[in-house]
Amino acid sequence: MIEDADRVAAVAAAVEDARYRRVIPCLDVTDGRVVKGIEFVNLRDAGDPVELAAFYNQEGADELVFLDITATTDSRSTMVDLVARTADRVFIPLTVGGGVRSVADMRELLIAGADKVSINTAAIANPELIDAGVETFGQQCIVIAIDARREPERGGWGVYTHGGRRAAGLDAVKWAVEAARRGAGEILLTSMDRDGTKDGYDLALLEAVAAAVPTPVIASGGAGTLDHLVDGLAPGRADAVLAASIFHFGEYRIIDAKHHLAARGIPMRMDQQ
Amino acid sequence: MSGRVAVIDYGAGNLRSMCRALTTIGVDPVVTTSPATVAMACAVVLPGVGAAGASMTRMKELGLTAALRTAIAEGTPFLGVCLGMQLLFGHQDEGNVEGLGVLPGRVRRLSPGVKIPQIGWNRVRLVEAGPLGHAGDDHDAYFVHSFIAEGVDPADIAGLTRYGEVFPSIVMRESVWGVQFHPEKSGDWGLELLRTWGALIHARHAAPVAAASA
Repeated sequence: MIEDADRVAAVAAAVEDARYRRVIPCLDVTDGRVVKGIEFVNLRDAGDPVELAAFYNQEGADELVFLDITATTDSRSTMVDLVARTADRVFIPLTVGGGVRSVADMRELLIAGADKVSINTAAIANPELIDAGVETFGQQCIVIAIDARREPERGGWGVYTHGGRRAAGLDAVKWAVEAARRGAGEILLTSMDRDGTKDGYDLALLEAVAAAVPTPVIASGGAGTLDHLVDGLAPGRADAVLAASIFHFGEYRIIDAKHHLAARGIPMRMDQQ
Repeated sequence: MSGRVAVIDYGAGNLRSMCRALTTIGVDPVVTTSPATVAMACAVVLPGVGAAGASMTRMKELGLTAALRTAIAEGTPFLGVCLGMQLLFGHQDEGNVEGLGVLPGRVRRLSPGVKIPQIGWNRVRLVEAGPLGHAGDDHDAYFVHSFIAEGVDPADIAGLTRYGEVFPSIVMRESVWGVQFHPEKSGDWGLELLRTWGALIHARHAAPVAAASA
């Protein structure tokens, strides 16, 4: 019908790309418990990642990341159970990382209800693991986490493993390019220099990687204020900001962060607020 | 409600979230690869995982393509999600295969100039007043896709989204719905959309009873 076509054309001309940037709280988990529990929230059990995930969802988090910081074989079944219980209650995307070493590990977490898996050390040891994950589950499922530290002698950043203690002998930007070439859907980029400092993200690192890969980049490490989130999401930097302590310790609420970002012209999904 | 909602399993994918979302809105999902289960189901969800070529091959092997076409022809409420929506159309560039061909249109890769796949939240604008709201209403939904439908009958388009270019993000023809995004990952509005779709099941089962008693 002509009227249908006209109506669709009129809406099509007016609808805009939202270009939303994402705010992603990260929960560090060990033995099924949140490492740094929130004290301020009136949760039944502030150490329960499921409770916290549900709370963050309510607060407008765009996605959630669970990071298993012990990542032992024993903790795997605990994590799988945790992911399943979260997926039962929280209907926003969930990324799970920490100790993912094989396609079988990925499958277990994805079937339990994770939407994406984050791979770090295992991909450095065996880059084909990225291809295998992409081939099996699609690139949207595969996040490559890169822990980077400034190496002046390199004239850039090196890749580190084991919580930033061990140098992998790779250039961070080159490794990001290789991960993207192998099909990684996103790069979760943590500055080990800034992690825990609250001095803000390493913006030069974000710019270097964002300019080198066509893949979305998630900024991590160093967020201490809401303006740091604004800086990380400026054009040419990250597509999403990950933060842990500024939310966990109750300094800021996610809802406040999103209002702050939106007020500075960064497109935010405000559906729930 | 009589019967269960068949959630089609055609490969390695995460069906748990979809099933939990369906349970949350009060319908009873059953994950299946069986044409017989599809035939008995009160509604069908074709979820969004995998690649078009491999998925069509697998569904043919299982006898599911015929079962799905029959269910749709009989008016069984149907929801295609992401790839499941794309398979409602004809030619699929991915894998160079034919989809179910239930709705006119074809599926091609997003045009260059944007990061592909689109992964993330984007806006859905309703094209006309209907079960989901008023014309011009905006909602946010979570997208994960590299392909879009084109050449769709304008009468079937219920929602549009722009990612570089504009594409149909919701299609509806009677009891056949398709959404390019993931309602099971789109927070409260995603659940509301599923609930609205789920009402088709109740409506369909209520109608014959009323007719019989008249």
